[in-house]
Amino acid sequence: MGRYILRRLAILIPTLIGMSILIFLMLRLLPGDIVDIIAGADAQADSASRAKLRDAMGLSDPLYKQYANWIWDLLHGNPGLSMRSGKPVGELILKALPVTIELALLSVLIATIVAIPLGVISAVKRDTGMDYVSRVVGLIGLSLPNFWLATLFLLFTSKAFGWVPSIQYIPLFEDPIGNLRQFALPSFAIAVQLMAIIMRMTRATMLEVLNHDFVRTARAKGLQERIVVYRHALRNALIPVVTVIGFQLGSLMGSSAIIEVVFGLNGIGNTLLQAIFNRDYTLVQAAVLYLAVMFVLVNLIVDILYGLLDPRIRQS
Amino acid sequence: MSVGATALKVGTLEIAESREASSRRTWLHLLLRNRIGTVGAIIVLLVIVAAIFAPLLAPYDPADQQAARLLRPSGEHVLGTDELGRDTLSRIIYGARVSLQVGIIAIAVSLLLGGLLGISAGFYGGIVDNVLMRFVDILFAFPGLILAIVITGLLGPSSRNAMIAIGIIYAPAFARVIRGSVLSVQAEPYVEAARVAGVTNGRLVGRHIIPNIMAPMIVLITVYLSSAILAEASLSFLGLGTQPPEPSWGGMLNAARTYMEINPWMAIAPGLAIVIVVLGLNFLGDGLRDILDPRLRER
Repeated sequence: MGRYILRRLAILIPTLIGMSILIFLMLRLLPGDIVDIIAGADAQADSASRAKLRDAMGLSDPLYKQYANWIWDLLHGNPGLSMRSGKPVGELILKALPVTIELALLSVLIATIVAIPLGVISAVKRDTGMDYVSRVVGLIGLSLPNFWLATLFLLFTSKAFGWVPSIQYIPLFEDPIGNLRQFALPSFAIAVQLMAIIMRMTRATMLEVLNHDFVRTARAKGLQERIVVYRHALRNALIPVVTVIGFQLGSLMGSSAIIEVVFGLNGIGNTLLQAIFNRDYTLVQAAVLYLAVMFVLVNLIVDILYGLLDPRIRQS
Repeated sequence: MSVGATALKVGTLEIAESREASSRRTWLHLLLRNRIGTVGAIIVLLVIVAAIFAPLLAPYDPADQQAARLLRPSGEHVLGTDELGRDTLSRIIYGARVSLQVGIIAIAVSLLLGGLLGISAGFYGGIVDNVLMRFVDILFAFPGLILAIVITGLLGPSSRNAMIAIGIIYAPAFARVIRGSVLSVQAEPYVEAARVAGVTNGRLVGRHIIPNIMAPMIVLITVYLSSAILAEASLSFLGLGTQPPEPSWGGMLNAARTYMEINPWMAIAPGLAIVIVVLGLNFLGDGLRDILDPRLRER
């Protein structure tokens, strides 16, 4: 198991380096000079002061040197200062992190609790009306744009209860009830699509597992159907489902960004969007890197869990 | 003759018959027999018709600001009007054009990029395969919509840049599936035979490999087209995609956030339009997958 984790970590490093290079190049090579944008507000800025600004920002160095400087600073826990507010980027991101993480965890939790039983029932009662209904509901869930759902939630709560989401973030540990009240609707808006995906995956893998010999054996030795389904079949069906949840975390971060905007929550996605609109490149660079690294790390954890659950994986 | 032999004979006869039947049944027939797939195909067809004949179907010009502002639905304006007095139904019908256009072009970009990467990787193998696929892995490791947000944000918000961004984020998925298909087709005896017969590389790809990976491609295109349409709506909702005054569903929903208290229909109608198109494509994709993937069909 130790060797398996080491091998996974060894794959991780080139991926992270590749991602950081890609993010770095994306921000340098795309049209629009950072200096022009900053100096643009100041019509008096002549070419000499522009050059000075360029030097001060390290932008006249060759690309490889700029990249090396950025990584060096990053590794020392210093992702730079925001070009807009002048605050340390790391601080801004740390403040936004809990919001995004809580949204992600809550929506995965909601989605899993609803989706797995539905998927199992759909598979066990295959080709019945029940199965048909849950498959169609699953497809509808896949097709609902989360930002539309979120908008409708807001419309409904304000019309029906006069409730508007609070703009101020309520930390979980200070006021758990207030926090959950703030996060329930946004998490649910994100969870719907995830629910559909997990349900469909559970159904598909359950159908496959239920055909295996060990399930027949379990039935043949007279076990209750409930035990066969939940203890024998579901356990084996869960492995691919866990992987799918891991993979979905990427799109979860995208959903989270939009939902944060709709509900005015100050998470990483919202921070990133504001940074893009403000042309705050250091913040964009750092926020994207954080999101990407988070995604890669979660997938690493999923991979390790996968290895723990299934001995065949870690030996291959 | 024993009973067993008769049974065997009947059995082979049945197999022969079903083989003949299945070759006669083209996948279009199968699609018609698949209920979910048929419903999906009809929805998608209707939306395409609406997009093409938008000028004939829309009751008003989508840019016309003659009506009163923020009207609720009525006989004259079936879905009401928006904050500038434009007819919502007309804008939704014209919005189908934007949605399909951006979606289709974006997927064409994905197919082109993914095809180039996937076919080269699968065809040449070795170092080329390794290098290209590591690149694809890295691109794949990015959260898709986040990448699209950054690309459109940096290139500048517009529907053209949304097409490019969406095209880039789905390219890795196409590259992976295409590479896998190329590898499996390449192992087929007929490809080997063609190689032995001295067929050139270009011809091998064009005549033998591409036609044989069409089936998985059709499913992939349908599924990702629905994702691309959702992605366009998301980007436009955030103000990064199609720009006003052009009518896009995502953009209409964005405007609705300010005015929905006064006219809730502004927030309801464009969302329904997105759901209908995406649902149609998802139904169609599910149906096609059932039909084109024999593994699933047997179950």
